[in-house]
Amino acid sequence: MVTETLLEAELRRVAGSVPDPELPVLTLEELGVLRAVHVFGPGRVEVELTPTYTGCPAIEVMSTDIERALHEHGIPEVSVRTVLSPAWSTDDISAEGRRKLAEFGIAPPRPQPTDGGPVPLTLSVRCPHCGSTDTELLSRFSSTACKALRRCVSCREPFDHFKEL
Amino acid sequence: MTAALAPAALALGDDALVLSHRLGEWAGHAPVLEEEVALANIALDLLGQARILLSLVGDEDELAYLREERAFRNLQLVEQPNGDFAQTIARQLYFSTYQGLLYGQLAAGDGELAPLAAKAVKEVAYHQDHAEHWTLRLGDGTAESHERMQRGCDTLWRFTGEMFQPVEGVDVDWQKLEAGWRESVGAVLERATLTVPEGPQSGAWSAGAGRQGLHTEPFGRMIAEMQHLHRSHPGATW
Repeated sequence: MVTETLLEAELRRVAGSVPDPELPVLTLEELGVLRAVHVFGPGRVEVELTPTYTGCPAIEVMSTDIERALHEHGIPEVSVRTVLSPAWSTDDISAEGRRKLAEFGIAPPRPQPTDGGPVPLTLSVRCPHCGSTDTELLSRFSSTACKALRRCVSCREPFDHFKEL
Repeated sequence: MTAALAPAALALGDDALVLSHRLGEWAGHAPVLEEEVALANIALDLLGQARILLSLVGDEDELAYLREERAFRNLQLVEQPNGDFAQTIARQLYFSTYQGLLYGQLAAGDGELAPLAAKAVKEVAYHQDHAEHWTLRLGDGTAESHERMQRGCDTLWRFTGEMFQPVEGVDVDWQKLEAGWRESVGAVLERATLTVPEGPQSGAWSAGAGRQGLHTEPFGRMIAEMQHLHRSHPGATW
């Protein structure tokens, strides 16, 4: 394991503070998609980014945004490389990220079962509006690939749930 | 990438690309808005897989838009027309079960496709879950939905045998894959009060079928539509 230099740590903070293009309340660091920042020479940096879903169209915007942020920080040569392994999981979303999602009206993902596959639907998802755990699934797929659509039985509000992956 | 990987990446990449396009045809036609969104999301996952796999072989756009029909290596199952919603669900059930088992085995290995398989297998679990829920709902629903779901399963049955023909460079236990598929699909159909179709899982006419570049008639029309824009306006961008 190569240790991160002070400069790499600083650049990681810059790249990590870029907001997610589809969920701007989250930063890329909180989403857990920023894997590493390597400095290869003066002004030459490579960033490793992992997609949430294989088909996630946001990854291209994320790359451009990271490049812009690092250019503004004085790094002229930035390349963003997509890495698949180890696969991203909703467990990579930080505690702060989960708190922000709930505040934004999106139920955060539940912790993953250890045997893989979809989380059993018996585990309750809390309504981000009224806090009730009496909620029901409307559709496993919602406005983006990473979300499911649910409805709160108590307050009747529909809401997005960041589904477990 | 090693050259030996190309046939594998092409076969699996074409499966994902072609099914993605077929599912995309539902946009604006699905029975309810939630299904419109669900099918588009599944299509998007598949397109993501296709882009990664085809990029291992060459330029993704050239491969998708400029190959002739006989150069595609996808299963004939995925190119079959959508039919009614039940037939699309039958195709989803057959294919997502296959893909889940295939990627599961690849992810457990240490081959070059393992990272993608480990990523995609988690997404495919949702596709399979979606297909199984709808199979149960339609099969164990009204007389009309039951009849249509059974017809969808029967119609596509003869395209299922091809899934278990070994693909060059795909290092999985094909017999285990087929046994797992039969058990899984059989259990879902039984719970849905449907009958596992009888008859051969492939026809003599199908020869080596899609994996050898032989496709069914509807595929020609499908790729004509898929490739039309790129061929008419080379290099066009949004």
